[in-house]
Amino acid sequence: MLRIENLSAFYGEAQVLRDVSLEVSAGEVVTLVGRNGAGKSTLLRCVMGLHPGQRGTVELDGRDITRLAAHKRARLGLGWVPDDRGSYATLTVTENLTLPPTVGPDPWSLERVYEAFPALYTRRDSAATMLSGGEQQMLALARVLRMGARLLLCDEPTEGLSPLLVQQVGDLLREAKRHGVTVLLVEQNLHFATGVADRHYLLAEGRVAEAMDNSEVRSRERELLAYLGI
Amino acid sequence: MSGFAQNTFNGLVSGAFYALLALGLAVIFGMLRVVNFAHGAFYMLGAFGAYVLLSEAGVPFWAALVIMPVGLGLLGMALERAVIHRLTKLDPLYNFLLTFGLTLILQDLVKLRYGVQSSPYETPSLLSGSVDFGLFDFPTYRVFILGFAVLLCVAVWWVLTRTRIGMVVRAATERPDLTRAFGIDVGRWVTPVFGFGIGLAGLAGVLAAPMRAVNPLMGADLIIVVFAVVVIGGLGSIFGSVAAGFGIGLVQAWGEAYLSNFPLVSQTIVFVVMAGVLLWRPAGLFGREEAPA
Repeated sequence: MLRIENLSAFYGEAQVLRDVSLEVSAGEVVTLVGRNGAGKSTLLRCVMGLHPGQRGTVELDGRDITRLAAHKRARLGLGWVPDDRGSYATLTVTENLTLPPTVGPDPWSLERVYEAFPALYTRRDSAATMLSGGEQQMLALARVLRMGARLLLCDEPTEGLSPLLVQQVGDLLREAKRHGVTVLLVEQNLHFATGVADRHYLLAEGRVAEAMDNSEVRSRERELLAYLGI
Repeated sequence: MSGFAQNTFNGLVSGAFYALLALGLAVIFGMLRVVNFAHGAFYMLGAFGAYVLLSEAGVPFWAALVIMPVGLGLLGMALERAVIHRLTKLDPLYNFLLTFGLTLILQDLVKLRYGVQSSPYETPSLLSGSVDFGLFDFPTYRVFILGFAVLLCVAVWWVLTRTRIGMVVRAATERPDLTRAFGIDVGRWVTPVFGFGIGLAGLAGVLAAPMRAVNPLMGADLIIVVFAVVVIGGLGSIFGSVAAGFGIGLVQAWGEAYLSNFPLVSQTIVFVVMAGVLLWRPAGLFGREEAPA
């Protein structure tokens, strides 16, 4: 579904991604793990079309989208869950949910979102930034599900969440996967990653250092945790 | 007491102009991240256009009140497409150079044809005279301006908070990149929003024609205070710009009335307030620190 070839990205003079190539098949959940600064978030931003300084190719369903504007990529079915949760302070919870147009074949209705997240329903007319961190994370995920996005780009959705909420995020991603949604996930929590994902890429200093499956991550958990510095 | 009411009323009327101009600046800055230093020139063109329409073609005030904002709005949209949109990728210094340069060009074009003396513009007959409010009476035209400006601000607020277009504009104003990532073509809204802001300036200009001296520099004098208003309200904050507009109108009117023995204070009070607000809240009263994309 998603194919990235020889992707390099720059912040001014500094190169943060070096010839990264990777693939995500339809229906897969794939994580990017790596230390802070390894280029994981930049990679997601490149896929979304939000990073201006880049070289290489990004393909979606065989179509080259490298030069496509971000809003057109979203309309092809990319769902963006940014690391800061992307809540709008000037929009209510409902408005945050209904801002993006529906883009996929199977969008959640607003009713379904509110049934799944009663906390969002009770706060539906509040500014989204008045929600707790966990609620804002649910809002960010609910928003791309309501879009009907086919490929979710999630940047550390479990960061700073309580174990209960982490589990809820996991349930949500697994349910999305059951409905055929593809997910590319930046994640530091290895336990969570092996619980939801099929495969993992370890990014180090802007390169893909290793591609691993779940059993490999589990068997090398200690070593990986030490490497990630967690 | 009637003196106080008089001063308060006049403050609100000046505030109405500040609010209309600051509102346009706020929506333009929010959507384009461009500070439009030419805003005062479009206000002047609105007033001058009304004057020229009346004196050379006999077009009445009421028609000018529609023709000038629409015409200037279209001119603004053309300018945005031609030059303003190039600013987004450039150093902010070019923003200043371009829009200030436009101001000088527009001012001098008007000077070239009409000179620098002020031209009189008659108050439309329907709005001449005064309205009796019991204890005091106010000029009908000023009452009209105040009511009209308040209605307009409420209408803009309604569109921004209650319609899908308003929601998109708010989202794009708060976080342009994020909004693009949600499938919204932010660029498509930029030109009409710029035109709308310019149209508001033109409208304020037409409203000003019957009560202010119509001359090529009328916008330059006003815009300095308007920028103080925008900074106080919080650059890009729509509610802030309107509230600060009326607030500064009041502060200025009261200052002139009750601090007239201290001319240094009454003339600088707006900027003293601005400095104070910035010390207390660097992003302005209703402004927020810029969020990342």
